Amino acid sequence: MTSALIERSAKFGAAEGDDGIIRCDACPVLCRIRPGRSGACARYANQDGLLIRTDPVVLLEQAAMNGQALIPFAERADDWDGSLLNPSQTFVTGIGAGTTYPDYKPAPFIVGQQHNGVDTVTVVTEGIFSYCGVKVKIDTDRHLGPETAAVRCQGEQVGHVTTAEYGSQMLSLGGVRHLTGGSKKEGNVTCDTMLKLCNGEAVELTIDNGHSVVVQAGAAPIVDGVVEKRMRVGCGSATVGIFAKQWLGHVDEVIVVDDHITGVLTEHQAGRVLNMRPAGIRVKGRKSTPGRYFQVASPGMGWGGTDISDPLAIILKIDPEVAWPGLRLLMTSTTGEDAIWCIFDDNLVPVPQEMPLEVRRVVDRIGENCEPSVCTVLFMAGAGGSLRAGVTENPVLLTRSVQEGTAKVTLGGAPAMLWPGGGITVMVDVLRLPKKAFGYVPTPALVAPIEFILPRDLYIQSGGHVDQIVSIDNVIENYGKAARVDQQASQNPWPLTP
Amino acid sequence: MAVDSIKPLSWDRPTINLLAGDRLHLNHGPIDLIIKAEGERTDVEAAYAAAVDRFQTVLSELVQELPQLRQPLGETIPEIRGVVGQRMVQACWPYRRDFITPMAAVAGSVADEMNATMLASSPKLQTLFINNGGDIALFVAKGAQLRIGLIADISAGVPEGSILVNPESGIGGVATSGWRGRSFSRGIADAVTVLARTAAEADAAATIIANAVDVVSPHIQRSPAHSLDIDSDLGGIAVTTDVDQLQKNEVENALSSGESIARVLLQSSQIQAYFIALQGRYRLSESVDLRKNISP
Repeated sequence: MTSALIERSAKFGAAEGDDGIIRCDACPVLCRIRPGRSGACARYANQDGLLIRTDPVVLLEQAAMNGQALIPFAERADDWDGSLLNPSQTFVTGIGAGTTYPDYKPAPFIVGQQHNGVDTVTVVTEGIFSYCGVKVKIDTDRHLGPETAAVRCQGEQVGHVTTAEYGSQMLSLGGVRHLTGGSKKEGNVTCDTMLKLCNGEAVELTIDNGHSVVVQAGAAPIVDGVVEKRMRVGCGSATVGIFAKQWLGHVDEVIVVDDHITGVLTEHQAGRVLNMRPAGIRVKGRKSTPGRYFQVASPGMGWGGTDISDPLAIILKIDPEVAWPGLRLLMTSTTGEDAIWCIFDDNLVPVPQEMPLEVRRVVDRIGENCEPSVCTVLFMAGAGGSLRAGVTENPVLLTRSVQEGTAKVTLGGAPAMLWPGGGITVMVDVLRLPKKAFGYVPTPALVAPIEFILPRDLYIQSGGHVDQIVSIDNVIENYGKAARVDQQASQNPWPLTP
Repeated sequence: MAVDSIKPLSWDRPTINLLAGDRLHLNHGPIDLIIKAEGERTDVEAAYAAAVDRFQTVLSELVQELPQLRQPLGETIPEIRGVVGQRMVQACWPYRRDFITPMAAVAGSVADEMNATMLASSPKLQTLFINNGGDIALFVAKGAQLRIGLIADISAGVPEGSILVNPESGIGGVATSGWRGRSFSRGIADAVTVLARTAAEADAAATIIANAVDVVSPHIQRSPAHSLDIDSDLGGIAVTTDVDQLQKNEVENALSSGESIARVLLQSSQIQAYFIALQGRYRLSESVDLRKNISP
């Protein structure tokens, strides 16, 4: 908790009694607000003993550049009212800016400011996105569910399983068909699911004919109650290729169990180049190229994203003409989390034994080379007709400027990936936006901040609402007091920099 | 209580904005007004100027008598100095046999006061409405008409029907009450919309009817009002905090309970029309022509 927030809370309100009640002094009603509740106006609320604005405009303050000492905002307790904000280093985000729906909200901001000597206009609004969705990437090799299977939250379908990508499973959630194309409950649950994911909260999803997964942006996925730790280092074949040389001399055969491509070292190109002696172990599944096998088992929650817990079960046969007693076999998953060491007995039966240290070291190295599993959440939305009309009187010119790159789009100051093609369809990593940037309307639809940044000349040519432009100084003066001021996220470029 | 002496300098001032469509937006603390007047340009401007002028002190007048206005009405009429407070008492007085405080009509009374102020300044306005967070005072001159959107579910906020108001209908106020709205409700209605002579009367009646839309059911969550808002005029009375999916018969029983009160008020001309919504089912009076696809 920052000292600035406490200072601000103390200025507008005072604690009363021992129940965490705050008396709000913002207006003469002097509401006494219990924790977790808001006052009569619904604009001031008691959050964990602090009086906060429920709908603040969020101003971003540019992080200091060029080695200039950074003064954390929170330490300038006398400055929380925004009066000391430097206009040239302040960006007005769409968060809390308001929309024209429902139309009693104040009109959005159209802010003029100079950046490096260029007159720039930023049109700031909160867009209501009936057309929006969430793309989720879950780093796991485990089988979450079949492609195209329904993804549900509280029993309602909120999306579907889409492609499996490198070390990860993609889910596609939301979209207009679930938001408004199905039952009222389906729409509300879909909206709520997307809202939580976009605001960085955890959501439990279940997949038809699959598993349950808890998804939270930036956090490890939790599959059927088990926290996923590592992304695989590569497919089974790639793992064989990467570590073949390190195993040489310590093993006679390595089988890397993987739901996608299981690798068998001595048959694999890597083993041949190292002149390894064939071990005569044939695994189940369909042979792709030498030492690479598809479908050695079914997808599942076991080793390497397969359904097996006993790795020896994938061995189809052992050729007695080729294999030999005492053969040293390593079987491992693609993350090194599961591994077994076997020595063949006189009947050529693999017998599990304790793994020698030098082999264990290489298995551990597989783990070290795996990146941590995380869920990533991208918000995707299209800025349709009415939203653009709030920017200019000739919306198609805005669309073209954005497509040409002369007008830039940010969401809460975060850079957006613009999809080529028609319309203004953008994707953004939700973790790059300021906290609690997303809202909703009961339509249901998500509300997200969106800012269009373009040179003043271009804005005028595009039929912009020129008479509505206000200066950044004016915004700071009039809204600085009520605004929430966030430091711009360090990984984001400054929105005004072309 | 000498409220003015506490911290007057840090209080938010009333804000005044002109919105698109020539509407006036006035806000001060919990009072949020959207005003639209139509008529000759000079009349509209004079009316808006009068509204802004009157608005400066509305909240502070109310606040000074807030402790009295939060007391339940009983045998004797409380002595209230403020005009808005008097409107509140007057509108709630008929319901004093049940538990009611003048706060039940606060939103409507503020709207009525602004309505009266603006019409006194510009008597030739054609139409006028003052929307105070859903409780609306309105005026329609001879020959003019206004269309009022009707919502079935406060949380959805989407008009599902509309009502046409003209001078002959004798309607000067519309108010909506429900457990999801700004004020606490003892009942479970999604929305009770009432049309009456004034916004204050509509406000008080909507509150009473919404309280009566109720049924005993394990699917309803309630809490004492003061556990949510320490200063609530409802004190320890249980108010609705959540309503799950109800059984069909529970919905019908709750609607019937509310409608029986609404009918009495309609017959005694205390209200002109009602519309009660609960979990997709509706009850409404025949006195109003509902234009859109609403079927009871």
